Amino acid sequence: MSEAVLTVQGLTVRFALAGARHRVLQAVTDVSFSLPRGETLGIVGESGSGKSTIARALLRLVPASAGVARFKGINLLALEHEPLRRMREHLQIIFQDPLASLDPRMRVSQIIEEPLLEFRPRLDAQARRTVVLSTMERVGLLQSHLNRYPHEFSGGQAQRIGIARALVLEPELLVCDEPISALDVSIKSQIANLLKDLQRQLHLSVLFIAHDLAAVRFSCERVLVLYLGRVMEIAPRDALFSAPQHPYTRALLQSVPIPDPRRARARREAPLGGEIPSPLTPPSGCVFRTRCPIAEARCAEQVPALRVVGSSQVACHRAGEQELGR
Amino acid sequence: MSSAPLLQIGDLSVSYPSRAGTTRALDGVSLDLSPGEFLGIVGESGSGKTQLLLAMLGLNAQGAQLAGSISYRGQELVGAGQRVMAQVRGRRIGMIFQDPMTALNPYLTIGTQVTEGVRQHYGLGRKAAHRRAVELLEAVQIPEPERRLGQHPHELSGGMRQRIVIAMALICEPEILLADEPTTALDVTVQAQILALLRELRTRTRAAIVLVTHDLGVIAEVADRVLVMYAGRVVEQAGVEQLFASARHPYTLGLRRSIAELDGPLPERLPSIGGNPPNPAALPPGCAFAPRCAHAFERCLSMPPPLLSVAPGHARACYFEGAL
Amino acid sequence: MSGALTQASVQTPWQQARAQLYRRPLALAALLVLMAVIVLALLGPLFSSYDFATPSWNEIYQTPSLHHWLGTDALGRDQLVRVLWGCRISLLVGVAASLVSVIIGVLWGATAGYAGGSADSMMMRFVDILYTVPFIPLVIVMTVLFGRNFLLVFVAIGAVSWLDIARIVRGQTLSLKQREFIEAARALGVRTPTMIIRHLVPNLIGVVIIYATLTVPTVILFEAFLSFLGLGVHAPLASLGSLVSDGADHLQSQPYLLTAPAVLLALIIACFSYLGDGLRDALDPRAHH
Repeated sequence: MSEAVLTVQGLTVRFALAGARHRVLQAVTDVSFSLPRGETLGIVGESGSGKSTIARALLRLVPASAGVARFKGINLLALEHEPLRRMREHLQIIFQDPLASLDPRMRVSQIIEEPLLEFRPRLDAQARRTVVLSTMERVGLLQSHLNRYPHEFSGGQAQRIGIARALVLEPELLVCDEPISALDVSIKSQIANLLKDLQRQLHLSVLFIAHDLAAVRFSCERVLVLYLGRVMEIAPRDALFSAPQHPYTRALLQSVPIPDPRRARARREAPLGGEIPSPLTPPSGCVFRTRCPIAEARCAEQVPALRVVGSSQVACHRAGEQELGR
Repeated sequence: MSSAPLLQIGDLSVSYPSRAGTTRALDGVSLDLSPGEFLGIVGESGSGKTQLLLAMLGLNAQGAQLAGSISYRGQELVGAGQRVMAQVRGRRIGMIFQDPMTALNPYLTIGTQVTEGVRQHYGLGRKAAHRRAVELLEAVQIPEPERRLGQHPHELSGGMRQRIVIAMALICEPEILLADEPTTALDVTVQAQILALLRELRTRTRAAIVLVTHDLGVIAEVADRVLVMYAGRVVEQAGVEQLFASARHPYTLGLRRSIAELDGPLPERLPSIGGNPPNPAALPPGCAFAPRCAHAFERCLSMPPPLLSVAPGHARACYFEGAL
Repeated sequence: MSGALTQASVQTPWQQARAQLYRRPLALAALLVLMAVIVLALLGPLFSSYDFATPSWNEIYQTPSLHHWLGTDALGRDQLVRVLWGCRISLLVGVAASLVSVIIGVLWGATAGYAGGSADSMMMRFVDILYTVPFIPLVIVMTVLFGRNFLLVFVAIGAVSWLDIARIVRGQTLSLKQREFIEAARALGVRTPTMIIRHLVPNLIGVVIIYATLTVPTVILFEAFLSFLGLGVHAPLASLGSLVSDGADHLQSQPYLLTAPAVLLALIIACFSYLGDGLRDALDPRAHH
């Protein structure tokens, strides 16, 4: 087990909403996990799960309300302005909407070069061009793309530009916020393959945030499941997908459409009922209890702690009990 | 399905001429829809799938030129005047749009929007329309339907809004329900609920449903028959089990294989289709998929292949005869 | 790995704007007329044997003739040359003062918009306060204090015109700030001044050009007004405004002295306005997608 490149403890993000009533939106509550060096950790959840907020909090794009995020031995969340800026060199992000995250008035060469301008001031224009070209080649872009503008590219290619920009500084940690959800189906696998290859080649540690469970299974060694801002389960990939311990994880896996008509129609379980509660008024105790098929009285009274069950960590009072209607 | 087709589309083309050239959104699409059938249309951006649905309701953007025929119970819809189309829309053919957030008017109550159709087409009074609306909301499994009718869209969640949109489409008991990516904007658990709802509604109302999606998994869950579209043309057509078990078009196969799965062996790399989706404004002269096809040869570059039958109920548009 | 492009016609934002402009005949006509006036103003005086300053006492108040196409003024100077010089001065003041106010306005508005919070409040309150200052009395006071000075005219005009642009740029910046590519740059650690110059300003150019073009006529008119009041350029230099002022004095006796400068002033202002409107339709990104 390699050392952790990132250790997050008790991350909490609250947003105060404008308006007289001083309402607070609890986006992320008490999230803890660690990312071993060279591995990919998947963070999955539906809307309101807080997964994108976690990415943004780690990158200090939104302020965290509490918690510690240790990266290279330093707490990212407590860094002052200048040291934080210096740290950014090692911590990069890829966004969901490839075209929106690229400056429409900049050429590809300028977009990919920008990180070098910020962090490698000693490189001259020629040296920068060399680095840009080699990064472009790595992500499958051609030299002829250098002088083009983002709007001239398809979604998949635009995402490659975003990936090149994130990797040009050879960061240690890469956060991918839904990197393939906005792409066409025939392109998703291209980019998923690319990310996997790049992770291997560059020994990256990756946080892979997504709602597409199958893509997470392909790309990640470990998975963290979020619901309404809280961790439900953390497990190694195979354990999570073959023997999910948390009722939400099970419901999530059962909801995914099966691309096989016979198996899809043979499926007996009813889909998970109800809706995600509002993050403004999360349920007491376990936040999943309003939709949980096995909820009991104590689920409303006490927030379940993350417990170890086999190779997984589960936040459920009933975790580890015998076969719960699998 | 042995009964006469409800809807027959023959060689439909939709083009948008402009100074820069003509964009062909749809090119020579034909299909038959039987009563009660659940037809799935699979395609990505540029496939023309949305244009196909819009054409059925005469809702293509201004400047669209339609050629070919759309025949609903013998009535020709292409070129039909506004009066004919007004009769058809909502009453005979209902539509569910993709994004429930934008499909609903934020300023009107749910009740106003749901009853609009039935008051327009059937001239029902307020009370009768209200009752019907409550029935519909119950049918789409919305709890506390009475209360919801007085609310506004922003007070409801995405899943509920989509149910409202479905209720609106069903209120006039149309024979055909068109759904354009109805679950794409929804969470996966909500998507499962909506798909189950659609299946149940189909059984209850016996409406034919045409569901457009990019997600093969959704197709596998609900469709009886499938049309695969690429660059405005139908490239493969088959019963759902046939399509998944023995697809015969390189695009369909490529798509199927590139999908990551929740179980089964974990591949090192996902098989993927190279290249990029087609640009409808600049299509190559031959088969539009040829630039990305591993099996393309000269014939593929000269003329788009015709849709030909390869087995009963199974047709494909491809020149390649070998093993895929 | 193909380099396939998504659009058949690959156009930069500039090319798109130009194409849009060609579709608006009024704006295009305005542009052509303006260009003609500029060429005339720049080259016209070179072809004339007269200059704008030298008096010619035996030729005063001549009506338009073959020698003097627009007649002569009170000092016998050729009116045509003076009008063309007037165009030069008015255009110079218009464009130069607009340029200065655009630069100030853009930097002020972009900084306020991006910084947000109390800095934004303070900066925009300052703008609000300046809005309330009555400029004509201020200019009069300054003229009394510092005497009539061409530079004074610039300063006075510049002090007024940047306010509108600052407000508009701030508004645009506020919406730009929300866009993901700005977030991406923040994630990169780009510092605020760099963010403004590298990312915000290029995306603001469309709006800035529109309002810069619309600022020019305002400035020209303001200068004309100052000159009309006797506060602008002083003799022997002439701007269209001072010529209009002189011409108005002689309306009864020598009406021809008023016609040309008035027509040209109105023409220049109208053309810039139509051009600005056309550019706004062409460059406003919200107008098309």
